[in-house]
Amino acid sequence: MDIAVCVKQIPDPNTPGELDPTTHRLRREGVDAVLDPGDEFGIEAGLALAEAHGGEVRVVSMGPERSVEAIRKALAMGAAGGVLVADPALVGADALTTARVLAAAIRRGPFDLVITSTESTDGYTGVVPQAIAELLGIPAVTFARSVSFDGSTLTVRRQTENGTETVEAGLPCVLSVTAGVNAPRYPSLRGIMAARSKPLDRLSLNDLDVQLGEVDQEIVRVEPAPQRKGGEVVADDGTGAQRILELLRQAKVI
Amino acid sequence: MNDLVQPPAVSPGPPARGPTSVVADRTGPSPGRALARQNGRMAADRSQAPSRLDPADLYAVDSLLSEEERLIQGTVRDWVRRRFLPGVAGHFAAGTFPGELIPELASLGLLGMHLQGYGCAGSSALAYGVACEELEAGDSGLRSFVSVQGSLCMFPIRRFGSEEQRQRWLPEMAAGRVVGCFGLTEADAGSDPAAMRTRARRAGGDWIVSGSKMWISNGSIADLAVVWAQTDDGVRGFLVERGMPGFSARDVEGKLSLRASVTSELVLDEVRLPQASVLPEAHGLRAPLGCLDEARFGISWGVLGAARACYQAALEYAAGRHAFGRPIAAFQLTQARLAEMATRLVQGRLVAHRLGVLKDAGLARPVQVSLAKRANTRMALDIAREARAMLGANGITLEYPVARHMANLEAVLTYEGTEEVHTLVLGREVTGLSAFS
Ligand SMILES: Cc1cc2nc3c(=O)[nH]c(=O)nc-3n(C[C@H](O)[C@H](O)[C@H](O)COP(=O)(O)OP(=O)(O)OC[C@H]3O[C@@H](n4cnc5c(N)ncnc54)[C@H](O)[C@@H]3O)c2cc1C
Ligand SMILES: Cc1cc2nc3c(=O)[nH]c(=O)nc-3n(C[C@H](O)[C@H](O)[C@H](O)COP(=O)(O)OP(=O)(O)OC[C@H]3O[C@@H](n4cnc5c(N)ncnc54)[C@H](O)[C@@H]3O)c2cc1C
Repeated sequence: MDIAVCVKQIPDPNTPGELDPTTHRLRREGVDAVLDPGDEFGIEAGLALAEAHGGEVRVVSMGPERSVEAIRKALAMGAAGGVLVADPALVGADALTTARVLAAAIRRGPFDLVITSTESTDGYTGVVPQAIAELLGIPAVTFARSVSFDGSTLTVRRQTENGTETVEAGLPCVLSVTAGVNAPRYPSLRGIMAARSKPLDRLSLNDLDVQLGEVDQEIVRVEPAPQRKGGEVVADDGTGAQRILELLRQAKVI
Repeated sequence: MNDLVQPPAVSPGPPARGPTSVVADRTGPSPGRALARQNGRMAADRSQAPSRLDPADLYAVDSLLSEEERLIQGTVRDWVRRRFLPGVAGHFAAGTFPGELIPELASLGLLGMHLQGYGCAGSSALAYGVACEELEAGDSGLRSFVSVQGSLCMFPIRRFGSEEQRQRWLPEMAAGRVVGCFGLTEADAGSDPAAMRTRARRAGGDWIVSGSKMWISNGSIADLAVVWAQTDDGVRGFLVERGMPGFSARDVEGKLSLRASVTSELVLDEVRLPQASVLPEAHGLRAPLGCLDEARFGISWGVLGAARACYQAALEYAAGRHAFGRPIAAFQLTQARLAEMATRLVQGRLVAHRLGVLKDAGLARPVQVSLAKRANTRMALDIAREARAMLGANGITLEYPVARHMANLEAVLTYEGTEEVHTLVLGREVTGLSAFS
C-alpha cells in the first residue's frame, strides 16, 4: 500500500511564540524549527501500516526550504522518500492554498492512503485534511484515535465531541490522526544515517498541476485568547455528590 | 496567540514538557479554538539568521554540526527528556541504574555507535560526542553507561579482538542484550595501572586469572568483563563471562557521586579461561590506555551537557527568584556568575568541537584528548558549583538537577585519568619532561 503522510515544520512549540504586530505573523527568527510533534503520530501510523501490510511511506510537505529537516526526520524514522514544495510564491499561503498544493503533490505519485494530523500545532485551523480529501475526491476519516486495517477496510475509532465512534472506510481515503493514536518511534542512529541517501524531491509551483485562487484568508486583527474561568470548588455540605453528578451530566461525561 | 505554546518553566523541577505532552493535551476536536489561533499562522520565513542568541550557545557552535548530527542531537535530547529525566532523581536517591532503559538505548543505536560493522551504527566521532553531551545533560551515570559499553568494552573487542570474538559479542552488545564492564583499576593501582597485581598465568592451553578490580562501572550488572591482567608477556586483556567459576562482583556502597550508576568490585579467584578469551591483538598497557582515550573523548563532550543543564537551571531560577524586591538575575553578582558560565560553556564547546573534527580526520592525539577532558570537566564542575550556590537552599536538593550533577562531576574529575594526571600529561607534552614519578 502506498501511503502519503503530510508533515509540517513548525517553530519549536517549547519556545514561547511571539507575533509580529504589523504582519500578524508568527516571528520565526531565532526560534528552532521542528517537525510538528503532532505529525509524528501520522508518520508512525503510516509506518506501522506499511510494515504490517507492505508498501511504502512517502512524506509530503509544503514550507520554506529548511522544512527539509522535518522531512529528513521522517525519513530517519523510516519513510522511504519525501517531497518538499518550496516556492517563494507560497509565503503566507492559507489553509486552502496549502491543501491545493499538497493535493497536487500527492497526486504526482501513487497513493492508497493519505495521512495527516488533525490540526497543526502552530496554525491549528484543522481544515487541511478535509480540504485535501475534497480536492482528491476521496473520503476523509478524521480524528482517529485508533486505526486497524484488514487488507481492504480501515476501521477507525474516531474522537468526537461526545466520545468516540467507530467507522469503516475503503481505500483510498484521507485519514487524520490525533495525538495518542500510537507511540511514535524515535529515529534510530542507523535510520538517521540512512536518511541521507533516500530520495527527497524538491518541487516548485511550476512542477505542480495546481490552480491557486485569490488569497482567501486575511488576518484582520489579533486578540489574546480569553482567559479560562477558574474551576468550581464543591464544598461538601452533604449535597456535594449531587452537585458533582450534575456537573458531570452538564459536561456530558455521563 | 496559541495557548498551548508553553513558556519555559521557571522551575526545572519536573522535566520540561516534551512535545508529546504538548500535543497530548489536544486529542479532541477544537473548533472553538481555531480563530484565536489563526493569527499564529503564516509568518513569512524571512531570515534564517537568529536575532536571539541561544544563551547556552552564544557562539552558535551547534551550527557547525551537520544536519545529521543535529538530528541525532535532537533525538537523544528528546529521549533523555521524556524517558530518562522523569526517573533520574529516584534512581540517584536509591543508588540504582535504570537498567530497564538499556533496550531503548540500544534501539536508538547508541551502544557502540561510532564503531564500524557488527551491528554498530558507524557514526562519526562528532556524532558520538553530540550524543554523549545529550546523555550527560540527563546524568553522568547515563553517559558513563554508554561510554563503558561502547568505548571501554566494545571498542577493545573491535580493535583488539579476534574475528570470532567480534562476531560473538559485538552484535549482542550493540543490541543491549550483553552489558559489558572494563576492569583496569585496582584498589591500590589507580593512576598508576602498571602497579596492578591481578595476574594471569598459563595452565596448559588455558589461562588462570587471579586478583581483584575496584571501582568498576557496570560491574555487577555486566554479562562480560574486559579484565586487564599482568602476564609473563606484559599486560593482556581477557574476556571474562558472568557466572564463570571464581568470578564475582559486589557493589561499592555509600557513594555520594554517580549514584545512578553501578560501581563494583570484581573478584577473580583462580578463574580458568580458554585461550579464546584473550584479546589477541592487545599487548601491553597501551591497549587499555587506548580504550580510555576513546572514552575520554566522550567525556569531553558529555560534561558539556551536565554544565549546560546546570547553567540553564541557574539562569531560569535567577529570572524567577526574587530577593530584596528584584529578580536575583538583576544583581550584578548574579550576572557576573552567569556571564562567566556562558563564556566557559562557549569555550568548552569550541574545544570539544575542534577535538571532534580532529578525531574524525584521524588526527586527534592523546594529549589533545587529555586537554579537553581536563579543561571541560573542570569547567563543568565549576559551573555546577556556581549554579548550586545560585539556587540557594533549593540547590542542595534533588528537586533540581544541579546538586546531582555537581556530585557526579566529582567522580568524572577522578575517573579516566584524574585532573592531576592530565595536567602531568600536558606538562610533559609542552616541556618534554615527565613529572609522573
Ligand atoms: C514559504 C512558506 C512559508 C510558510 N510559513 C508559514 C508560517 O509562518 N506559519 C504557518 O503556520 N504556516 C506556514 N506555511 C505553511 C502553510 O501556510 C500552512 O501550513 C497552512 O496554512 C496550513 O494551515 P494549518 O497549519 O492551520 O493546517 P491544519 O489544517 O491545522 O493542519 C492539519 C494537518 O495537515 C497537514 N498540513 C498542514 N499544513 C501542511 C504543510 N504546509 N505541509 C504538509 N502538511 C501540512 C499536517 O499533517 C497538519 O497536521 C508556510 C508555507 C510556505 C511555502
Ligand atoms: C564512579 C567511578 C567509576 C569508575 N569506573 C571505572 C571503570 O569502569 N573501570 C576502571 O578500570 N576504573 C574505574 N574507575 C577508577 C578510576 O579510573 C580511578 O579512580 C582513577 O584512575 C584514580 O585512581 P585512584 O582512585 O586509585 O586514585 P589515586 O591514583 O590513588 O590518586 C589519588 C590522588 O593522587 C593524585 N596523584 C596520583 N598520582 C599523582 C602524581 N604522579 N602526581 C600528582 N598527583 C598524583 C591523583 O590525581 C588523585 O588526586 C572509576 C572510578 C570512579 C570514582
